[in-house]
Amino acid sequence: MCLAIPGKIIEFAADGGSRATVEVAGVRRKVDLGLLQEDMPVLGDWVLIHVGFAMSKISEQDAVDQMNTLRMLGESEQAMQEVRGYGLERE
Amino acid sequence: MKFVDEFRDAAVINKTAEEIRRLADPSRHYRFMEVCGGHTHAIYRFGLKDILPDNVELIHGPGCPVCVLPMGRIDDGLSLAKDPNVIFTAFGDMMRVPGTQGSPLEHKARGMDVRIVYSPSDALKLAQLNPDRHVMFFAIGFETTAPSTALTVLRARAEGVRNFSVFCNHVTIIPAIRAILDSPDMRLDAFIGPGHVSTVIGCRPYEWIAKDERKPIVVSGFEPLDILQAIVMILHQMRAGEAKVENQYKRVVPWEGNRAALKAMGEVFQLRPYFEWRGLGFISQSALRVRDTFDEWDTEQRFRVPGVRVADPKAAQCGEVLKGVLKPAQCKLFGKECTPEHPLGALMVSSEGSCAAYFNYEHRKAALTSLSWPA
Amino acid sequence: MAHGAGGKASRRLVEGLFAPVLFGTNSEPLTDAARVSLNGAQIAITTDSFVVNPISFPGGSIGELAVNGTVNDLAVSGSRPQTLVVTFVIEAGLSTSVLEAEVRAMAEAAQRAQVKIVGGDTKVVEHGKADRIYMTTTGIGTPLRGVTIDPRSIKPGDKVLISGPMGDHGITILLARGELDLEADLRSDTRSVFPMIEAMAAAAAPGIRWMRDPTRGGVATSLNELARDCGQSIHLHEEDLPIHDAVRGACELLGLDPLHIANEGQFLAVVSPEYVDSALYALQQAPGGGEARVIAEVREQPAAAVLVTTQYGGSRIVDMLVGDPLPRIC
Repeated sequence: MCLAIPGKIIEFAADGGSRATVEVAGVRRKVDLGLLQEDMPVLGDWVLIHVGFAMSKISEQDAVDQMNTLRMLGESEQAMQEVRGYGLERE
Repeated sequence: MKFVDEFRDAAVINKTAEEIRRLADPSRHYRFMEVCGGHTHAIYRFGLKDILPDNVELIHGPGCPVCVLPMGRIDDGLSLAKDPNVIFTAFGDMMRVPGTQGSPLEHKARGMDVRIVYSPSDALKLAQLNPDRHVMFFAIGFETTAPSTALTVLRARAEGVRNFSVFCNHVTIIPAIRAILDSPDMRLDAFIGPGHVSTVIGCRPYEWIAKDERKPIVVSGFEPLDILQAIVMILHQMRAGEAKVENQYKRVVPWEGNRAALKAMGEVFQLRPYFEWRGLGFISQSALRVRDTFDEWDTEQRFRVPGVRVADPKAAQCGEVLKGVLKPAQCKLFGKECTPEHPLGALMVSSEGSCAAYFNYEHRKAALTSLSWPA
Repeated sequence: MAHGAGGKASRRLVEGLFAPVLFGTNSEPLTDAARVSLNGAQIAITTDSFVVNPISFPGGSIGELAVNGTVNDLAVSGSRPQTLVVTFVIEAGLSTSVLEAEVRAMAEAAQRAQVKIVGGDTKVVEHGKADRIYMTTTGIGTPLRGVTIDPRSIKPGDKVLISGPMGDHGITILLARGELDLEADLRSDTRSVFPMIEAMAAAAAPGIRWMRDPTRGGVATSLNELARDCGQSIHLHEEDLPIHDAVRGACELLGLDPLHIANEGQFLAVVSPEYVDSALYALQQAPGGGEARVIAEVREQPAAAVLVTTQYGGSRIVDMLVGDPLPRIC
């Protein structure tokens, strides 16, 4: 139930249906976007793929925020508070 | 690989592990349960236990849909494969799981048409390509996978594919967590929440764990930095005396879940009144069945399914290991009568089951007397 | 029978049945080719069967595998491959054009590998009694001077080299079957490894302790066999493992471990620390050896086990597979 991998949408199906070709490190597979119909991804978006279906769009911003937070570990508590004040961490 | 490699960065992992050591109170022994089998697998694959302090213990939870599937259900599914008209399809995870007459792969070796699929949509395609055969899809998984099965049934109906049915063994995660918390021997401090199930159900369904049970739960991704960051967040909560639901896996998990996925699930499935979980017994409202409106695509309506019940050997202590009361090596059968090659109980049949994972990746490391790491 | 995939089940069959009954021994380590002495001349001899689906795939076909596979078994046993004989078991109904293509592929592969095919046999069986075509090749070689393969000579501190990236062949085959609907720009790595071994031996023969070609069951299986045979521990460094992006992507998508995936054009070597630099250099300069790397070292503990370690200090045991690697979704 848990193996899901990030892939990039490189092509939409010609028939206009909800399938797209997604690429993971050079491996390509057609994926069903039906579970994302309320917020359809566009070409170049990254989605989480599980059993041939896209489960969620991946937020590049959140990924960057996460890495920034982690890289700041070990900095002083004051620096951490400052960073939090920028509003980078969202609920 | 984007969105993967960053979260395996060794330098940042070292930093985060150090933060965990800083936050963990040396006078306490922490017990965190990771609910999901995928997390169990990740913890072993990335060797995370080696970098956690000794007083932070990870207990493996019941979120392994293959592990908790009763043997009788495998027999039921395979009984249909005997019909030469039927093509039995399932995920690779199922292929070596033993029924009483052998595993799906063993049935294949005996001449039955058993095929691995990566997606339920591949099983549907197989049905379209083989109009004179019936394709049966053995559906397993928690809420991560159920929406994909649901959407496939909807597509089958929309495209008028009648030679396709789903043998539905989807289970839901919340009752499993409840069973853990209801267990009298349970001694857990917090939960590492299932990241991919949460992409569907969101984070709200866990609120009772924080509010009523007063346990922190942090929904976590599956890369090393995700799991380690989730542990950091749990430790922060515990230091502050808090218990709340937090989302570590923000880049992927929406707090409100995936409405379209929940809608598809609701349209195609309904909850069974009860379902048997291997190792945990019968749990009410814990599993899905195909709704009557989709009878045509429900294997259990299209075919007579024997309904076999097979008990595990009494000596197998799967239930206690599942609930985190016992460690795999503490079960009397572990590594002797029960190994990944001849599994006797739930947790050896799948590579992400606690016992199999421990056996495959870890227990021979106990013989390691000294391991000097590269600087 | 799960015995074909080259993992634990295969090994059990060989050790438990074939070795004691046919070879009259079950205590000596099994090698890739046998050394025999005939009237004072030393020759190496080996045989292998080839069953693959599909029979033709990007980068090669069964005919090439049949030549290169046996050539490589001779090469990793420290011998110069010289001649092959080949047998075919053909399913009635196999198209002549397919058969012709395979025979041509064999001839071309033999020429590239500089071996002579000097004879063979053919049998045709009823339709349904074989999966299109099975091939067996038996090869003879002459020992390379100065090279002794003996796992018992392996000591802690020795290094493990690989000639190139892992997993290209197995993933190519998996994708070529079409069941998983995945596409990638990948080719089988099937080739003779002898030129690389010859170059390495010229520079570092006294330091070579052991070699093997990690075919079915992958690097993990070969190194586990080694660990058992020498009683030591093999510690792999995850960040040093050479893997092409597409192999990595496919493995991540399908939940497979590249260490378990078959290779048909690579070899592993254990080399003593004094010779490893010259061995690696020679390998990297040899045609086709540009991606060779040091991937592991031999240690004492945990005995007879293979371990993968990460840069941040995590580790996991890597065992042989029981059967074929299967995709997973959990």
